[in-house]
Amino acid sequence: MNADKSTPRGYRKAVRRTTLLALFLWFFVSFFCSILARDYLDAHFPAIGHAPFGFWMAQQGSILSFVCILCAYAFRMNRLDRLYGYTDQ
Amino acid sequence: MQQSTLNFIVIAITFALYIVIAVRSRAGSTKEYYTAGGGVSPFANGMATAADWMSAATFISMAGTVAISGYDAARFLMGWTGGFVLLSVLMVPYLRKFNQATVPDFIAERYYSKWARGVAVICALFICMTYIMGQMRGVGVVFSQLFGIGIPAGVLVGASIVFFYAGLGGMKGITYTQVAQYCVMVFAYTVPAIFIALALTGNVFPQLGLIGTVDSPEGPVPFLEKLNAINRELGFAEYTAGRLSTLNLFCITAALMCGTAGLPHVIVRFFTVKDVRAVRTSAAWTLAFIAVIYLTAPAIGAFSRVNLIEQLHGVSFEEVPSWYKQFEATGQMAWVDKNNDGRIQYFGPKKSEAGTHRVFLRKSPQFAANSLDDTPLVGAHGQRLLTNPVDTSNPNELFFGTDIMVMANPHMAGLPMWVIALLMAGCIAAALSTAAGLLLVLSTSISHDLMKKLLKPNLSDRQEVTCARTASFVALLVAAYFGINPPSAFIAKTVAFAFGLAASSFFPSLLMGVFTQRINRAGGISGMIVGMSFTLAYIIYFQFMGGSAEDYLWGISPEGIGCIGMLLNFAVAFAVSFWTRPTPQKVKEMVASIHVPNQSGPAQSH
Repeated sequence: MNADKSTPRGYRKAVRRTTLLALFLWFFVSFFCSILARDYLDAHFPAIGHAPFGFWMAQQGSILSFVCILCAYAFRMNRLDRLYGYTDQ
Repeated sequence: MQQSTLNFIVIAITFALYIVIAVRSRAGSTKEYYTAGGGVSPFANGMATAADWMSAATFISMAGTVAISGYDAARFLMGWTGGFVLLSVLMVPYLRKFNQATVPDFIAERYYSKWARGVAVICALFICMTYIMGQMRGVGVVFSQLFGIGIPAGVLVGASIVFFYAGLGGMKGITYTQVAQYCVMVFAYTVPAIFIALALTGNVFPQLGLIGTVDSPEGPVPFLEKLNAINRELGFAEYTAGRLSTLNLFCITAALMCGTAGLPHVIVRFFTVKDVRAVRTSAAWTLAFIAVIYLTAPAIGAFSRVNLIEQLHGVSFEEVPSWYKQFEATGQMAWVDKNNDGRIQYFGPKKSEAGTHRVFLRKSPQFAANSLDDTPLVGAHGQRLLTNPVDTSNPNELFFGTDIMVMANPHMAGLPMWVIALLMAGCIAAALSTAAGLLLVLSTSISHDLMKKLLKPNLSDRQEVTCARTASFVALLVAAYFGINPPSAFIAKTVAFAFGLAASSFFPSLLMGVFTQRINRAGGISGMIVGMSFTLAYIIYFQFMGGSAEDYLWGISPEGIGCIGMLLNFAVAFAVSFWTRPTPQKVKEMVASIHVPNQSGPAQSH
């Protein structure tokens, strides 16, 4: 890991990891929780307020998660740019 | 003060604001015209993009759609927000680094071909044109309601305002106007929602009201439980239950998400900020601003469904609330007394043998009028009579358009007049901001991609801006024409078109262009053509040539077919690229360079 620090190869690896993680979370909250596993989650997970879990994910939870994913992505990527020296100043 | 005077004052104030902003920040050069000179702050750009994204249709109809389809509305809620995750993780940072004015620019250079640019320009024009027609119609409808002028005059007023600040101000002008428009919109959307949530559930936040409880004679019951009970009783599917098949819902959501990530008018918004780092921040802001409205929509939809049913179902027509007449007058509501008891009955498809709940045949109500003096004919209870043949296969008597859920919301909840005036202003802001953004992409596609890059390469900077302004004028005339004479069957179905097309052409081509060096000219172009023609053929066959729903491929409706078109695009592009000559070195270097987020490469000492 240390040998990778501050090399373009290390940067690319870190970027790929961040991108794949963001895409995985995106798929998980939208397609998995809200569509594919919706009935199971409704039945077996605690309700959010009085809304069944899967239904709440589909109407509100996924959108909130998207916002969090993008904020974390922007923060992490901009930090990587700085760490590996990809800033113009 | 009268409602109409108040509407007029509020709208005049917002307009004065937009025009002052547009004049102060009008564009001088092509760079300012296309991308606002690249110096907009991430926060302001996020707000402007959110305003651009929220069209009149989203603003007025989405809550109504959610109210009707319950859980299934997740496809729109997630599709139109989740797409921004794809957009900002996979697309815009890299396209911003590429640093050109338009999306066809990237396609043309990445697939090193004029043909690729041609195909991309046609897609871009088609997507924007279908979208902008709906906006012009929306502006026309609101203006005609406001000032009591006909829809044609309303459309023309709207068109000239859009031309004034989009055509003259360019990207720089519209960006700052859209910031103001976003503020008006979000205020207009959330204030009524908060009032209604307070009245109905005692919760200040509509989102919490949706999952909270309401009072009933037997003590507090969960709000969603109450809504389900109402739906069951009236013969509708339960609100929290879905009717679409899982595969169909999956495909539609995927097509809307990928389509969102491939819409040219959204992508170019991110060319207006300083650098790649600002693009990422700006994308996060954009989604946050959009989420404010998208999180409120399900709550508005659910609340107004309860309000509407409680105020109208089983009520004698003589005692109908006064707002009903107002919307009856504009053709958005109608009542047919099928069982002659003088009371309104609202029932769902499960209350009849036929499984329908249509009130009458044909799509919209046609009111009967006295042939001598053109006054409306009214029935025994004061309701306006229809010329439509009555659908007697079911007991449902009440017709209303999906727009009602937002437009009549403040009336149903008995909110003060200024809230209604604000809603009107918000509605116009939504339509104008989207129309302006689309108009800009349209005129850029014509002046930059078509004229400068394909037909007349020796156009000067100045001539190019003039050309863009002329193009936006012509595009607006065409859009206004279709706004006045809408091909009505067409407009309702264009969502499938625009998103299917973007999902099956732009999204995969941009994605492969950014992330592989392997895909070459032949692969890229053939993938785009195959994906696009498959999607178009499927949509045209099932939407316009009367293909029946039983013949759907794996039960996927036309809205979701863009997802399959996209997979075809990928498959064809990889297969063809494998058998043909590899990408030239120069293009490979270009692809590598867009993955380096700054101009000068990594700093040496670190």
